[in-house]
Amino acid sequence: MADQAQAKAEQGAALAVSIPQTIDLRKRPRIGESIIQTVLFICGFISIFTTIGIVYVLFQESLSFFADPAVTLFEFFTGTVWQPRIGEFGILPLLNATLVISSIAMLVAVPLGLGMAIYLSEYASERARAILKPVIELLAGIPTVVYGYFALTFVTPILRGIFGNDVVSVYNMLSAGMVVGVLITPIIATLSEDALSAVPGSLRQASFGLGSTRWETAIKVVVPAALSGIFAGGIVAMSRAVGETMVVALAAGASPNLTWNPFEPAETMTGHIARISGGDLSYGSIDYRSIFAIGLVLFFITLALNIASRRIVRRFREVYD
Amino acid sequence: MSTTTMNDSKYAIETRAMNIYYGAFRAVKDVTFSIERNKITALIGPSGCGKSTVLRSFNRMNDLIPGARTEGEVLYHGQNLYDPDVDAVQVRRQIGMVFQKPNPFPKSIYDNIAYGPRINGWKGTRAEMDELVERALVGAALWDEVKDKLNQSGLSLSGGQQQRLCIARAIAVQPEVILMDEPCSALDPISTLKIEELMLELRQRYTIVIVTHNMQQAARVSDYTAFFLMDKEDRAGELVEYDVTSKVFQNPADKRTEEYVSGRFG
Repeated sequence: MADQAQAKAEQGAALAVSIPQTIDLRKRPRIGESIIQTVLFICGFISIFTTIGIVYVLFQESLSFFADPAVTLFEFFTGTVWQPRIGEFGILPLLNATLVISSIAMLVAVPLGLGMAIYLSEYASERARAILKPVIELLAGIPTVVYGYFALTFVTPILRGIFGNDVVSVYNMLSAGMVVGVLITPIIATLSEDALSAVPGSLRQASFGLGSTRWETAIKVVVPAALSGIFAGGIVAMSRAVGETMVVALAAGASPNLTWNPFEPAETMTGHIARISGGDLSYGSIDYRSIFAIGLVLFFITLALNIASRRIVRRFREVYD
Repeated sequence: MSTTTMNDSKYAIETRAMNIYYGAFRAVKDVTFSIERNKITALIGPSGCGKSTVLRSFNRMNDLIPGARTEGEVLYHGQNLYDPDVDAVQVRRQIGMVFQKPNPFPKSIYDNIAYGPRINGWKGTRAEMDELVERALVGAALWDEVKDKLNQSGLSLSGGQQQRLCIARAIAVQPEVILMDEPCSALDPISTLKIEELMLELRQRYTIVIVTHNMQQAARVSDYTAFFLMDKEDRAGELVEYDVTSKVFQNPADKRTEEYVSGRFG
């Protein structure tokens, strides 16, 4: 025992002496660190580079599209006919179909998604939440081509059964819009639920303390307090609906058609791009370039929606600071 | 709540052998006491003694906590609030609550006050609502400070003003009893003084039950004091002593009360 203690003491003394002698504060090369930093920087940069590349190609091809004598910018935005074969490039029919289908989708998704969110955040027990949340996320993970088939082979026949075969076309905007609505419902549900759950519990307590029911508390206190977050979620879902392609390509039809009638077929911007891209257009033809111009319009629509949602979210953050 | 008329009992709330459980854990045991009408009753005791749980049982706020369960009776106008046919929502319209942290809604000052009457099926005109809002704010000693900015957010007020706004919001539904759960613990001394003065005024029209950690506050404002303590063996809160405030603070019957009020523990 005594020996051990002595040995320890000697060791300690040796350490105490040796430390000041070996201190070295000089910079040393850390090659691993700088490699990792470089790799991570490249990863970050690639996302920016990709975006810039896409926008560049869109702009360049669109520019050469508008440079063609067959089309003017004015015609492009005001023309009511889209028939590349006869040199008619009016985007309104495509834009209109996108608008109609997105609107139908929002009409379906907002009540449904908000209802899910209110149920999850204000009513559901822990157990119900544990089951429902993964199911909603699963809904968001279904491939969109499946939704497309679902629209064409399940929803459309039901609509035709209800309104009559002579009223509802085989390909129609209503069926596509409703199914796109189901497709974006999980986005609205999860984003709204986040916003609702972020409302402090003390507000609910205050509301219950005044004799409110659960529903009054949810609708008159919690939802208004979370409104900007819900709005932002709605806009994200809207831009998803505008960009959705597979469902509309399968169920909405393949002919540009300027109509408000949801029972009629009409091709959206995305649906048209998909169809033309899959066809046998020669590279550099005006038809080929036209899809870049459509793509650019789509890009601006979703960009505007994204900026709007960011602004709203920023305002939403200020409320609880 | 079924129809019960105002009776002549001097008590607003009476509990009989009340036990409150959180799941299998008994948080409060065998509490029997009566709270006198138009008086301020303070519930004091160290943390974990169950005083807030007791307070929240008076308007069934504990119902909102999953797994919470109350046994025994809480009598209000002779009716047990925990009878199966009693509606918790109706109970809370009679027995209002002010919370520890001021919690105004992110709405205008006006709408904060109007919220309660509106959900209670308000059918009056806009002018009548204006009057009701003014009366509630006057009653909470806040009117002079906010009368020119009723459309501003309740969150724009200072902490003390927010808490008085919450009191105004509570009295706007004209409850009989107001429960206050440490209403001054988040406030500075001057705001605290204002709330205490307000409580003494409100006593004329309401029965007030207040939970407080501040013994000076209990001594200053309350007429009766109930001292709660956690039983060391089963960790359940129990009522140790309940009496006129001056008696509890100056001449307590129980040794443990004396130790607590003299600051020897807790």
